Amino acid sequence: MAHLTPTPVIEPLQDRTMILNMGPQHPSTHGVLRVILEIDGENVVRIMPDIGYLHTGIEKTCEAKFYQQVVPLTDRIDYLCPLTNNLCYALAVEKLLGMEIPPKAQWLRVLLNELTRINSHLVWLGTHALDIGAMTVFLYCFREREDILRIFEMVSGQRMMTSYFRIGGIALEPPLGFFEKVRDFADRFPSRVDEYENLLTGNPIWLMRTKGIARITAEDAIALGATGPTLRGSGVDLDLRRDMPYSGYENFKFKVPLGKEGDVFDRYMCRVAELRESLAIVKQALEGMPEGPIKANMPKVVLPDREKMKTEMEALIYHFKIITEGFSVPAGEVYQAVESPRGEMGYYVVSDGTAKPYRVHMRAACLANLQTLPLMCEGRLIADVVAAIGSIDIVLGEIDR
Amino acid sequence: MALAPPITDLEKLKTHPALASLLDWNPGAIEGVKFDRDEMSIVIDRAHIRDACTLLRDHREFAFEFLSDVTCVDWYPSEPRFEVIYHLLSISKKERVRLKVRLDGSSPVVESITAVWPAANYFEREVFDLFGIRFSGHPYLRRIMMPEDWNGNPLRKDYPVEGYR
Repeated sequence: MAHLTPTPVIEPLQDRTMILNMGPQHPSTHGVLRVILEIDGENVVRIMPDIGYLHTGIEKTCEAKFYQQVVPLTDRIDYLCPLTNNLCYALAVEKLLGMEIPPKAQWLRVLLNELTRINSHLVWLGTHALDIGAMTVFLYCFREREDILRIFEMVSGQRMMTSYFRIGGIALEPPLGFFEKVRDFADRFPSRVDEYENLLTGNPIWLMRTKGIARITAEDAIALGATGPTLRGSGVDLDLRRDMPYSGYENFKFKVPLGKEGDVFDRYMCRVAELRESLAIVKQALEGMPEGPIKANMPKVVLPDREKMKTEMEALIYHFKIITEGFSVPAGEVYQAVESPRGEMGYYVVSDGTAKPYRVHMRAACLANLQTLPLMCEGRLIADVVAAIGSIDIVLGEIDR
Repeated sequence: MALAPPITDLEKLKTHPALASLLDWNPGAIEGVKFDRDEMSIVIDRAHIRDACTLLRDHREFAFEFLSDVTCVDWYPSEPRFEVIYHLLSISKKERVRLKVRLDGSSPVVESITAVWPAANYFEREVFDLFGIRFSGHPYLRRIMMPEDWNGNPLRKDYPVEGYR
C-alpha cells in the first residue's frame, strides 16, 4: 500500500534548513492535521498544511440517501457544532421546498444554535489555552460545557450528535423543565466568563504568547476567504446572523465584536465577547419564546405526530410513504450560508426533482481559514505556530468531510 | 410560500448589478442566466471566467470582493457534463451571486482563479481531486483529500458509492 507513506514530501530549499513534521498525531493540531514545517533553528521558513486524514466522503454518501437521512450525516461534519450543521442543511432544503417554518421552531433553533456556539467556543478556549500552557482554563471550560451537553441530552437524547432539527421544524417538543434548565445556565454563565477572563485576559504570560503573534491584515483575510472570528479579529465587520439574517435572527439584538490588530489576542477577545453576546441571544430567546406548532404544516414532507398516527389513517400513510420513499423536492439549486462558530458554513444543495439530493456540498469555514496559516506563521517561531493553529479554531472533521 | 418559477430571460434580469456590469463589459461571455429562489446564477463562457471574476471583484460601486466557495456538479451522462460553480459575496452590499462554467467531459479544463482570490487554492484543489477538473495556472494542483495514488475521482457520478472493489 504505497499511500501509507505520508505524502506530500517536501525538500528543504537551503543547506541550513530542515523539514519537520508536526502531526497528524500532535496534540496541538486539534485532530489529524499534519503541518509540514521547514525550519531554520527555531524559525519557520515555510509551512504547508496537509489535510485529508479524516476524509470520509460525506458528500458522496449524501447523494445515496433520502433528504431526511442526510440530517444525521451533517452532525458528523463539524462535531463541535452539530446543531449549526443541522440548521444550515434544514434551511437549504426548506428553501428548495419553499417552506414556511413556524415561529416557535425558529426561536428554538436560534436558542439551541447559540448554546452550540457557546459550547464550541468553550472547547476552543479550553484547548487553545492548554496548547499555550494555561492548563487550568481547560478544566473550567469543560465544567460549563458539561452543563450545555446535559441540556442537549435532555432535548435530543444525545450529547454530541444531536440531529434534533428536521426539515420543516424540529423533531420533538422540548421536555418539561427544559427552559428552566437553560435559564439556570444563563444566570450562572456570565460570572463564569469573568472567571476565564480573570485567568487569561490580564495574564502577562498569556499576553506575551498572544499579542502581536500570527498577525493577518483585513485585506489578506478577505483574499484568503477567512470568515468568522478569524476575519473579525482583523476588523472586518461581517456576521451573517446580522447581515443576511436567517431563521428569525432579525428579531434579536446583539453586538458583533471586532478586533483591530488581527493577532491571536484579538481573535481571542472576539470569541470571548461572542460568548457574552450569544448568551444575550439565549436570554432574548427565552424571554420572547412564541407559542405554537414546532413543525410546518406540510404533511407530505414533515413526519406526523406519534399520537396522530394512532388515530388517523392519512397520518399513517404519509408516515409510511416518507419513511420508505422519501419526499420529492422540486428541481433547483440553493446555497444557504449560516454563521457557524468558525465562520461562514454554507450548504449548496442541488435537486433534480427526486427524493435524493443530486449533490450536497458543504462550504467548510475551516478549510478556507486554514489557508491563512502560512501567512500567519512564516518567519516566526515554532511555538507561535501552535498559538496560530489554536487561534483559527480548526475542526478537522469539517475540513476533510 | 409557493415557489415562483425561475426567470431565465436576460432582458428581465439586466438590472441586477452583477449582470449589468458583466453585460457592459462583454455580452458575448454570458451564456445564460437564472433567477430562482432569490438566487442569481450567471453562466459564463469558460474562456472568460477569470476576467469576469476580476471585473466583479474590482467593481467600483458593487464589488463582490469575497469568494465564498468553488465547487462542481457532475451531470453525467448529459453534455456538457460538468458545471464548476463559484459563489461570490459582496460584503458591503450583502449580496450573493453564483457564477457557473460548463465544461464537457472530454476536456474538463478551466482557468484557475487563484490569481484573483488566493482563497480559491484549496477549493480548486478539492474540485480537482474529487471531480478531476484541471485548473490551468493553479500554483499547486495536487490531490488534497484522497491519497496521492488514488484511482479515480470519487464525486463523479460514474464512480460507485462504495468505491471500486
